[in-house]
Amino acid sequence: MNVKMEKQSEQKQTTHQLTMVQAVSDAMKTMLEIDDTTLLLGEDIGKNGGVFRATEGLQELFGEDRVVDTPLSEAGIVGTAVGLAVNGFKPVVEMQFMGFVYPAYDQIMTHVSRLRMKTMGRFSVPMVIRTPYGAGIRAPEIHSDSAETIFTHMPGIKVVCPATPYDAKGLLIAAIEDPDPVIFMEPMRSYRAQREEVPTGKYTVEIGKGEKIQEGTDVTIIAWGAMVPVAMQAAKQAEERGMSCEVLDLKTLYPLDRDLIAESVQKTGRAVIVHEAHGTGGLGNDILSVINDTSFLYLRAPIERVTGFDVPVPFFALEEHYLPSPKRILQSIEKVVHF
Amino acid sequence: MEEHFPMKKIMDDQGNLIDSSYANDIDEDLVKKLYYHMSRIRLFDRKAISLQRQGRIGTYPPFEGQEASQVGSALALDTDDWLFPTYRDHGAMLTFGSEMTRTFLYWNGRAEGCVPPEGKNIFPAAVPIATQIPHAVGAAWAEKRKGTKNIAIAYFGDGATSEGDFHEGLNFASVFQTPTILFNQNNGYAISVPIEKQMHSKTIAQKGLAYDIPSVRIDGNDVFAVYFETKKAVERARAGEGPSLIEAVTWRTGAHTTADDPSKYRPVGQGDNVVHPIERLENYMKNNDFWDETWIAKMEAELTQEVESALEAMEEYPPAKPEDLFDHVFTNPPSQLVEQKESYLDLIGRE
Repeated sequence: MNVKMEKQSEQKQTTHQLTMVQAVSDAMKTMLEIDDTTLLLGEDIGKNGGVFRATEGLQELFGEDRVVDTPLSEAGIVGTAVGLAVNGFKPVVEMQFMGFVYPAYDQIMTHVSRLRMKTMGRFSVPMVIRTPYGAGIRAPEIHSDSAETIFTHMPGIKVVCPATPYDAKGLLIAAIEDPDPVIFMEPMRSYRAQREEVPTGKYTVEIGKGEKIQEGTDVTIIAWGAMVPVAMQAAKQAEERGMSCEVLDLKTLYPLDRDLIAESVQKTGRAVIVHEAHGTGGLGNDILSVINDTSFLYLRAPIERVTGFDVPVPFFALEEHYLPSPKRILQSIEKVVHF
Repeated sequence: MEEHFPMKKIMDDQGNLIDSSYANDIDEDLVKKLYYHMSRIRLFDRKAISLQRQGRIGTYPPFEGQEASQVGSALALDTDDWLFPTYRDHGAMLTFGSEMTRTFLYWNGRAEGCVPPEGKNIFPAAVPIATQIPHAVGAAWAEKRKGTKNIAIAYFGDGATSEGDFHEGLNFASVFQTPTILFNQNNGYAISVPIEKQMHSKTIAQKGLAYDIPSVRIDGNDVFAVYFETKKAVERARAGEGPSLIEAVTWRTGAHTTADDPSKYRPVGQGDNVVHPIERLENYMKNNDFWDETWIAKMEAELTQEVESALEAMEEYPPAKPEDLFDHVFTNPPSQLVEQKESYLDLIGRE
C-alpha cells in the first residue's frame, strides 16, 4: 500500500476510502464527467444501478441518454456498441455476469476483435466490456464463470482483471481511454471485500503491467483478480512454515507482463500459478509458456498450477471445492519447494 | 398476412407504369442514372465470375438478378449516410462509392478491399449472417445522438431473418427509434434452403410488425419501387421518425457462390419467368422514348473501360506485405506481437 500512497502524494490528489465496486463506479463517473463521448450501456444499469450497484446514481447524474438501460440482449448490446464506437462514441458496456457474455461471443469474436485489422486501421472499436466474474458468492448457476481464456485467445482484444479498488479505478479509466477494445473482468467476490484509499479524479494504471505485491525468495506465486487474496493467504501460511513466497498480481491477462514473470521466476526458480478457471486450456498454460520461453534454465522444480477443476463451475453448494483454496495452493508450494 | 403486406410495384415486367402517381417523379435523368448503375454493377459481377473461373480471384458470390434492389436503395442515400453490407452487396457498395479496384482486391483476399474511400461510411461486408444489423442500428443511434440527419442502411438476406442478431437489431432500432433502414433482399434462397423452409411466415415484412417498425414488401426487381420506397424510409428516418423495414422480393439468377451449383437444390425452370430487372428498365425506357442507342453504346464502352482499368489496377497492386499481418491488430501492438513479427520477418528475409 505504501507505493500507492506515494503515487497519490506525487499527484497531490485527495483520496477516499472505497470498495472495489465503488472504485469501478467512480471510474465511470470520472470519465462520464470528462468525456462527453463516454456512454454506459447495459441491462438494469439505470434506475437499478446495475445488479451489483456499479452504476448506482449515474443515470440520475448523466441522464438516460448516457447511462442507457438496454433491452435484455447481449449480442444486441455489443453489436450496437460496435456501431456507436466506430461512429465517435466510447461505449462502456456491462455484461451482467461473465456467464451471460456467451450470446455476444459472435459479435466480439467476428467484429469487435478484428474490425481494426480487417479495415487496416480505418475503423477501430474503442469499447470496454465490463463483466463481473467468478465464484464464491453463492450465486445461482451460470453466474460464477471465469471465462478469460475465451478472450485472451481472441487476437485484437485486451483483457484486464484488477484485484484491488485502486487498480480497479485506474485500470478501468485506462481501458476507457484505450483506442482498442478491452474486456474488463471484475472479481465479484472482491467487490466489497476491502476498502482502500482511492484518489478522487482521474488517474490510470497501465494496461499490460503486473505488480510484485510481496517480495520473497523461494517460490513465485502468480495470480490475478479474486485469487490474489487467496494466494496471499497461502503465502502467509507458507511463510509460517519457513517458505518465502513472492506474489505477483498480473492485473492484465492479455498482453501478459512477461518481464515481471521472468524476473521473479529467474530469482526464485520456482512457480505456482493460481487461477479459478478450468486448468485445461486455462491461462496458466500460457504463463507456463512464458516461463518456458524466458526462464527454463533457471527452474529448480516443475511448475505447479492450482486451478478450477475441469468441470463446469458447480452449483454453489460445491463451489468452495471447485475454487483453488489456500490449502491446495500450499500443497503446491510445498511440492515445488521440496522437489 | 400477405394481404397486409401486398407487393408494391410501380412498373410491370413489360416496363409499363402501373402506379401513375409516380409519373412526374420519374424523369430521363433518373432513369438513365438507374440504368447506368445497374449496368455497371452487372458488368462488374459478370467480370468477377469470369475472373474466379480463371483463378484470378477467390470464391465469389454473384448478385446478378438483384441489381434493382442494390442500385435503387443505394441511390436513395445521401453522401454522409452509413452503409452496412453483406458479402453479396458489393453492387450497393459500388453504387454508394466503394472503389472498384478495392472491390476486386477484396475478392482477391486483400484487406485493402475493406477500406472505403476517405470520408465514406461504408462498412466492410459482413460475412457472419445478420451481425451487421446491430452495427447499423448503433451507427444510426450515434448520428441521432450527434443531432445530424444522417441515417444508416443495413442490407441482409432472407436467411438472416432467422438469426438472433436480426431480431436483436430490430428491437434496438425500435426501442431507441434509430434512423435505420433495414433493407432485406429476399432472393428466395439462403444458399440451398428455400424460403418456405426458412420460415413459416408468409412475408419478411410482417416481422417488422412485432417491433412496430413501419414495414413494406416491394418488388425488388422493380427499380422504381425500390428507389422510391427506400427514399420514403430515408426521409422518415431523417425526420426523426425512426427505423423502417423493407422487404425487396428479388431473385438470385446464379449460384450462392462460385463454389456451388444451384441445379442441385433448385427445381428445373424455377426463376425462368423472372424478367431481369435491367431488361425491365430497358422495356420502360423503350416505352418512353428514353432508349438512346448512342448513349447506350457510349455508356457500355465507358463501363467496359472502367472495369478493365480497375482489374488492371487490382492485378498491378503491390503484393500484400507480411507486415500487414501484424500491424493493424492493435493501435499500439503489444511486445509479444512485435516479437512475433520481427522474428518471422527475419526468418523469411526482409525486403
